[in-house]
Amino acid sequence: MESSVEQGLALLFEESSAGNCAVSLPPNDVSDAREGTRGLKPAARYEGIPAGLLAGEPPPLPEIGEQDLVRHYTRLSHRTFSVDANFYPLGSCTMKYNPKINEAAASMPEFLNLHPYQPADQVQGILELLYQTRVFLQEISGLAEVTLQPAAGAHGEMTGLMVISAYHRDRGEDRINVLVPDSAHGTNPASCTVCSRVAQTVASKPNGRVDLDDLRKKVDRNTAALMLTNPNTVGVFDEQIGDIADILHKQGAMLYMDGANLNAMLGIMRPGDFGVDCMHINTHKTFSTPHGCGGPGSGPVAVTNQLSPFLPIPQVIKKSDGTYDWDENRPKTIGKVRSFYGQIGVLVRCYAYIRSLGPDGLRNASEKAVLSANYLAARLKGHYKLPFAGPYAHEFIMIPEFGDSGVTELDIAKRLIDHNFHPPTMSWPVHHCLMIEPTETESLRTLDSFADCLIKIAREAKETPDLVKNAPHHAPVKRLDEVAAARKPNLRWQA
Amino acid sequence: MNYTQLTENDVKKMLGTIGVKSIEEFFAALPEKHRFKGNLDLPAGLSELEMQKDLQRLAGKNVTTDEQISFLGAGIYDHFVPTVVDALAMQSEFVTAYTPYQAEASQGTLQAFFEFQTMVCQLTGMDVSNSSLYEVATAACEAMFMAKEHTGRSKMVVTDAVHPEVRQVLQTYARSCTGLKLETIESQKGVTAVEVIRRALDDQTMAVLIQQPTFFGTLEDLPKIAEVVHAAGAVLIVSVDPISCGLLKRPGDCGADIVIAEGQPLGIPQSYGGPVLGLLACRNDYLRKLPGRLVGQTVDKDGKRAFCLTLQTREQHIRREKATSNVCTNQGLMALRAAVYMAAMGKNGIVEVARQCFDKAHYAAEQIAKLPNFVLPFGGSFFKEFVVQSKKHDMNKVLQHCRKSDVLAGVPLGKWYPQLKDCFTVAVTEKRTKEEIDKLVETLKTT
Repeated sequence: MESSVEQGLALLFEESSAGNCAVSLPPNDVSDAREGTRGLKPAARYEGIPAGLLAGEPPPLPEIGEQDLVRHYTRLSHRTFSVDANFYPLGSCTMKYNPKINEAAASMPEFLNLHPYQPADQVQGILELLYQTRVFLQEISGLAEVTLQPAAGAHGEMTGLMVISAYHRDRGEDRINVLVPDSAHGTNPASCTVCSRVAQTVASKPNGRVDLDDLRKKVDRNTAALMLTNPNTVGVFDEQIGDIADILHKQGAMLYMDGANLNAMLGIMRPGDFGVDCMHINTHKTFSTPHGCGGPGSGPVAVTNQLSPFLPIPQVIKKSDGTYDWDENRPKTIGKVRSFYGQIGVLVRCYAYIRSLGPDGLRNASEKAVLSANYLAARLKGHYKLPFAGPYAHEFIMIPEFGDSGVTELDIAKRLIDHNFHPPTMSWPVHHCLMIEPTETESLRTLDSFADCLIKIAREAKETPDLVKNAPHHAPVKRLDEVAAARKPNLRWQA
Repeated sequence: MNYTQLTENDVKKMLGTIGVKSIEEFFAALPEKHRFKGNLDLPAGLSELEMQKDLQRLAGKNVTTDEQISFLGAGIYDHFVPTVVDALAMQSEFVTAYTPYQAEASQGTLQAFFEFQTMVCQLTGMDVSNSSLYEVATAACEAMFMAKEHTGRSKMVVTDAVHPEVRQVLQTYARSCTGLKLETIESQKGVTAVEVIRRALDDQTMAVLIQQPTFFGTLEDLPKIAEVVHAAGAVLIVSVDPISCGLLKRPGDCGADIVIAEGQPLGIPQSYGGPVLGLLACRNDYLRKLPGRLVGQTVDKDGKRAFCLTLQTREQHIRREKATSNVCTNQGLMALRAAVYMAAMGKNGIVEVARQCFDKAHYAAEQIAKLPNFVLPFGGSFFKEFVVQSKKHDMNKVLQHCRKSDVLAGVPLGKWYPQLKDCFTVAVTEKRTKEEIDKLVETLKTT
């Protein structure tokens, strides 16, 4: 690591000197053309604004020259683990390689410099791309219609629940309950609450599958839907899926699938074929759009014909004359769920990915993702406890058990940082676990070095536990006092 | 194209280690009747070169705001994006990182978000900011939920001078949330009368949402509005144009309790409306109800300054159904762009941008007002956008005529405001030159 890391990094505000600026703007070529204010100094020109609304002081933003600004952010980038620099086996997040051509596509001025209110005849290219993406996702999910509007996975969940609720209401039923397995992503129950639905927990069996008896007991005419992740969050495919769908459908309830783990089944199984009525797709997981330090993602929602009348507006359509347009004529729609049309730049990358891979490439991706997960599990078996039996889908969970040493999953995670591996997802959905998702894009060499490293750490945990418990040793900072951060929140710099 | 790197030999070796004969064995337990047979009905994969050609074909079917002079605004603006914004925010370490859950491996993004939160506060005059939301309409919904939690009341008041799409999204959320009522009040000549707001306030009013400058570009009397809203015990939510804070008093200095914004003007391309950037900042009293990710400063074991995600107990992965928001993913990369933009512009740059927008918009308005067939129906003060009424010709014809001369003259209002069907908004940013504005005026004149 470079020396700046050793020095610790100044904040922008500490690098500020009055009078600096990293931007030069063109001359204000109208200031003398304005009648009535001609020749007046700027301050005097704004007297048309009511006095109470004119700023006294400029906002106290930092003042930095261009070179220092470049160094600042370049140094920050060096203190950031990323897929481009590090193996990132973050379970449930599908941190696969983000192809460069997709980035180039999203940076094309013909896609970037479009205004959302340009008339359709000026934006046929982007509309065609969006329409095609919609059709691709319909085919991949095996469902009738897709909306591209939701901004992220959780936003997709909420949209899906609104669509399902609107469907039930349209039939004169206000089904209030949504069933959620105890191993579900936390956003599932939170999305229920946002839609004024009541989340009810369904138990899982010791093998990680849904407990069908518990499900039967809980599904009734007040059940709006079950939200299921499949393959589930412990990394196994619930082969009872057909029965689950039947139990729900008999009571008029819907099967919602959280698409977080879609990367395990591209071209192998389609949710629409096994009884799913509604699902969201995380393009930033399955379809390789980058995670950008936490966003933007994109969460298209796919539904059956039964639910499609309730999808958000507008919808991108192909007209009979072969041109593309936005359609707002959907009388039963839930409305709009965001401004404009969606995370367009993210969808451009998604389109380029699906188009590049084609049906064979997508299937190959899922097969290799599953192979890689099972391979890592096989290599780590015996060194870590694998609480669920394989075969696994595209991810698996393991539990570090090192007796009296006191070494926890957190310690293992931090020790991985010393070896330039991003830690797996921790402590969820099973206490003390690590959830590992290698994805299909890693080489065998990388997979092996990761397995070797975890095996070495397991040995350290037994022989030199303090080495592990005090990790990381080689990161820019040592372990943080996160409790203090929450007790007395300091969320901004102050002079 | 194929982004996997496992060779046939690798696969053989891996299968051997696992103890299975083929990849198919992993899927053997899947119920046969649910398996997908055959190939997905998608076009065959493309090589990179073919992919480039396909993208160029699609790109060629778009007319961009580089090819036509754009005066389109209404929430998304053609502002200047300094080269450093792309150069820095597009570094692949930032592009391909995830949420900084592992603080020791993510000090770079954590510090960048801490600085972002600080600059959003500096720009809006608020106490705390989160590290971004999707865009402004969903930020408005989150602000509504904050106000509901804060006051325990049920009625949200919004003026029709707020962006129509923001109001549509609020309506969608309000419909699906039990016990939440949305009341829309009318503006007059583009502004909301304090008296009209006062009449809408009752003991069940949780909040009033005001946009400053309004959707029409006009200016609301925020300090007065704050007085009446607070007198009723309600929360004042202000949706602000972040660029306007370079010239106008910041919403935090006008009495706003929660500030939301479409952050797109801060160094983010128009992108056909997304991805853009939702800003959400508030006073300290609202901190515990602030949704989304928050970065806090702390120390490491050696006492060295460090940053981490904090107050995560508010979030859904801990709170589950008790969470008051389901937001998980934010707009990290867009927040980073905005941070670089704010730092690049700095204190003086943001003032200069705001002044140029103001001057150029006012020059354009003065010139258009002189045309015989056009009037400015609202009068009054405005910032960088104003409403123009076509007195003689059908407005769609006017806009079409302008497009033929490579001018995107404005956004028609009839779709949202039937009474303004002969009106359009004209937005003028610092990017527009006098020559371009003169061309707009000349083109309108020759309609």
